[in-house]
Amino acid sequence: MSGFARHRRSGRVIANFTGFEADLLRSLASQLVELLRNEAAVPNDSQDPFEALMDFTGPTTEPDDPVLARLFPTAYRDDEEAAGEFRRYTEGTLRDGKARAAATIIDGLEEAGLPAELTEDGLMIDVELDEPTAETWMRSFTDIRLALATRLGVEDGDEEYWYALPDDDPRAQAHDIYEWVGYLQETIVGALSARR
Amino acid sequence: MSAASPVDVEPTTTPDEITFLAKPWVTIVWNDPVNLMSYVTYVFQKYFGYDKKKAEKLMMEVHEDGRSVVSSGTREEMERDVQAMHEYGLWATMDRAE
Repeated sequence: MSGFARHRRSGRVIANFTGFEADLLRSLASQLVELLRNEAAVPNDSQDPFEALMDFTGPTTEPDDPVLARLFPTAYRDDEEAAGEFRRYTEGTLRDGKARAAATIIDGLEEAGLPAELTEDGLMIDVELDEPTAETWMRSFTDIRLALATRLGVEDGDEEYWYALPDDDPRAQAHDIYEWVGYLQETIVGALSARR
Repeated sequence: MSAASPVDVEPTTTPDEITFLAKPWVTIVWNDPVNLMSYVTYVFQKYFGYDKKKAEKLMMEVHEDGRSVVSSGTREEMERDVQAMHEYGLWATMDRAE
């Protein structure tokens, strides 16, 4: 595939995926939705069960899962109380927004013809996004990349390490997917920045 | 200590410093190994309305110095900016202006 481009006449942001690629992207987006919606919003290990039930407002401590901790960073580095308050008021909204963005990718791929179960060979999925939808995809690509990178332990300047892994190493395969989503993101940023 | 009279206004306070004092909080974006340079530049242009040159300068600061102050203002304004940066997946924190 050739990534995203801006369609000259319509101004829409377009891409063609093979059925396999579209299915892979849907699976990544679905996993993100699941992670965002599943982990209990309020860590309740040390909390009184009644208090936990009565606490509707939002979490105040950093999520246990490292991916969620990266998606929802602590806003105040030296002020635990202010950080907790910030989290209480923002994390729920941020979670919903990120889950909705990932769902936008899933819906877009399915509306473009990706079946619930991919069985057909040679299927091509052509997506055409208006600008706000393309921005939503772009943001969600970031979340997917942050999730993959956190699980893999990606660091600055470690490309050689990943390329040296044997092809059948699952980490090498996951890193290839991480790079592919990076390519999608680079091209969608390019398409969105292109003058119309 | 004595009460200051109008003529005692610190003559060395420059207009820049006065503006700075009126904006007691800052939003800081930190470097991470994931976010693309083009994307970070795009976000700074789109969200803050900075021109390309300024957005690229801030992005390079993040990339090379590990962090950059990307906006300043009241505490409420900075909380909004930090939340927006988190929406975009950038690693942002806020602090009192130094």
